[in-house]
Amino acid sequence: MNRRMDPPETQAMPTQEAGREAARLRWQCRRGMLELDLLLNRFLETGFPALDAAGRADFVRLLGYQDQIIHDWLMGQAVPADAAMRRLVGEIRAAMRNATAATGDAP
Amino acid sequence: MSIPHRRFDALIIGAGGAGLNAALRLASADLRVAVVSKVFPTRSHTVAAQGGVNAALANVLPDDWHWHMFDTVKGSDYLGDQDAIEYMCREAIPTVYELEHAGVPFSRIDDGRIYQRAFGGQSQNFGGDQAARTCAAADRTGHAILHTLYQQNVRARTHFFDEYFAIDLIRDEEGAILGALVLEIETGEPLVIEAKATLLATGGHGQVFRTTTNAFINTGDGMAMALRAGVPLMDMEFYQFHPTGVAGKGMLITEGARGEGGYLINGDGERFMERYAPRALDLASRDVVARSMVTEIREGRGCGPNKDHVMLRLDHLGADVVHRRLPGITDICRVFLGLDPAEQAIPVFPTAHYAMGGIPTDRFARVVAPARHGPEEVVPGLYAAGECACVSVHGANRLGGNSLLDILVFGRAAGTDILAYVAEHPHHRPIRDTDIEPALTRLGRWDRTGEGESVAAVKADLRKLMEDHCGVFRDDATMAAGVDKLKALRERVEHVRLKDQSRTFNTARIEALELDNLVDVGMATLMSAFHRQESRGAHSRVDHPERDDEQWMKHSLYARDGDRMDYKPVRTKPLTVESFPPKARVY
Repeated sequence: MNRRMDPPETQAMPTQEAGREAARLRWQCRRGMLELDLLLNRFLETGFPALDAAGRADFVRLLGYQDQIIHDWLMGQAVPADAAMRRLVGEIRAAMRNATAATGDAP
Repeated sequence: MSIPHRRFDALIIGAGGAGLNAALRLASADLRVAVVSKVFPTRSHTVAAQGGVNAALANVLPDDWHWHMFDTVKGSDYLGDQDAIEYMCREAIPTVYELEHAGVPFSRIDDGRIYQRAFGGQSQNFGGDQAARTCAAADRTGHAILHTLYQQNVRARTHFFDEYFAIDLIRDEEGAILGALVLEIETGEPLVIEAKATLLATGGHGQVFRTTTNAFINTGDGMAMALRAGVPLMDMEFYQFHPTGVAGKGMLITEGARGEGGYLINGDGERFMERYAPRALDLASRDVVARSMVTEIREGRGCGPNKDHVMLRLDHLGADVVHRRLPGITDICRVFLGLDPAEQAIPVFPTAHYAMGGIPTDRFARVVAPARHGPEEVVPGLYAAGECACVSVHGANRLGGNSLLDILVFGRAAGTDILAYVAEHPHHRPIRDTDIEPALTRLGRWDRTGEGESVAAVKADLRKLMEDHCGVFRDDATMAAGVDKLKALRERVEHVRLKDQSRTFNTARIEALELDNLVDVGMATLMSAFHRQESRGAHSRVDHPERDDEQWMKHSLYARDGDRMDYKPVRTKPLTVESFPPKARVY
């Protein structure tokens, strides 16, 4: 199918929907604790785009947990029982370690 | 433009401990209660409070609410209102038991009573031996309280508007508050919530500073709404900083690190506290350590490529001591800096933590403002509680364990008074379209298109400006320059444009509205600090190093209209006991 023949609205839909979904996720990364704000937003920018569909679904699932639980996982004070959450927690921690710049501004 | 309206008996803006405790009291009495929160309620900043709640239960050591009151008045550097402080310290006891009955899992001693730990600033018998006054649910007291209150509110059928952003209060010609214009973030659609009484419980504004312990949500929304509704903000110059936050990020490195023998060094590797506090060294008082750090940086002896922080060394203590006694710091360093504090020094900078000032209220949580008949006239239909409010129980500085207490006691007080207010005013006052117009204009301003600066750029400049000109180093020249720069930055906000003009989940628009709030609250903070020519509590000036009770034992009031400053007396008369007269504050 020739993409240029698609009506504009059907072309725009996926992009708009993706943008809206990204904004929704960004808002879900606003939490009650600064530590979570920094870790989750950093990962959303640097790690999330490379995730496959299953990984993205895991991230959405992680955001559904209580702040204190996510905090304990990300700070290494508790380990999730769920293997997918364990893997994701490791990736979020790695994303922060890899961010060497300490600019001081909210990511 | 036709905007839908919803009607409730009470509207509560903010879903932290203060808002939810008020909501629970009202919903339990069968009022129709709306709680508006820009994030899911259990993601409010109360969740981050680890310490605990002060109450003179005397479960571990002898205690008395009157001793608690003495400590709080002294801690406030005699700027706290003693009627409100007496009320808070008395009400602390039933408030904690009420929470216990609601299901908060407080830590306990062997006989089953609530455990209480000792915190700094707590004394027995008016300045005597250490007291143990803080009730805690392990190290997650805020989380336990927030979740308990949320669940109880769901049970009581409180109506939650999750992910709605409050734009502005709605005020009629007579100055009564009729509710608020809010925005549903998901759809971008405005909604008028009409209420007989409205409570602002929106928390603090730490995000106005570059380095802060506060979460991203703490943007002073309620304080700025009050300012725009013509209510001045009180004692905004009093902001609590901790000397050692992780540089560039803000998380707190507890004083325990220096207590264990950690010390600070500058870019030359010098242990600089030897020059500022030869005896106490790195354990000098918070304001001395923080100001010494910033002085080193201002004079070009900072660390790193930008020379914008100093370093905290723990590596001489040995891995065993660091990892075993300072596990929280070890975790923070590993996760955020990728370093082991037992091997490498930690980059640190003073971090903004807690606002003592805010929306002026009386001890019933009613908002009071200067009007025709005096400095404390009640604004009909408007209440405030928690960090956004200034009762004032913290005065110039807050004691540990008194912030959760403040939100709970005055959230509860607001609920109690709103019940009586709604009984006396059973009908909604009429809202005219013109009453809503100012709020709609504010919202519509962000629909302007064209070229302009970004929200992120102006926000970053604001936070740096506030840190440089109204942080821990304060003198006349520094703050005067800050006022000029902030006025210029406020002009820049007029030229900010949003690239994304969509309605649905347009978080850029929300961040723009938050920027408005931060600028207003930043100006309140800077102007109040600039004008107070003394050092008291957390407000410490290099050029006026002493407390001056004769000139300055009074509350500041900043009004947005014309950036005006006004003052009102401290309420030194308690409710039933003798006043505590001002004395030198020595610990």
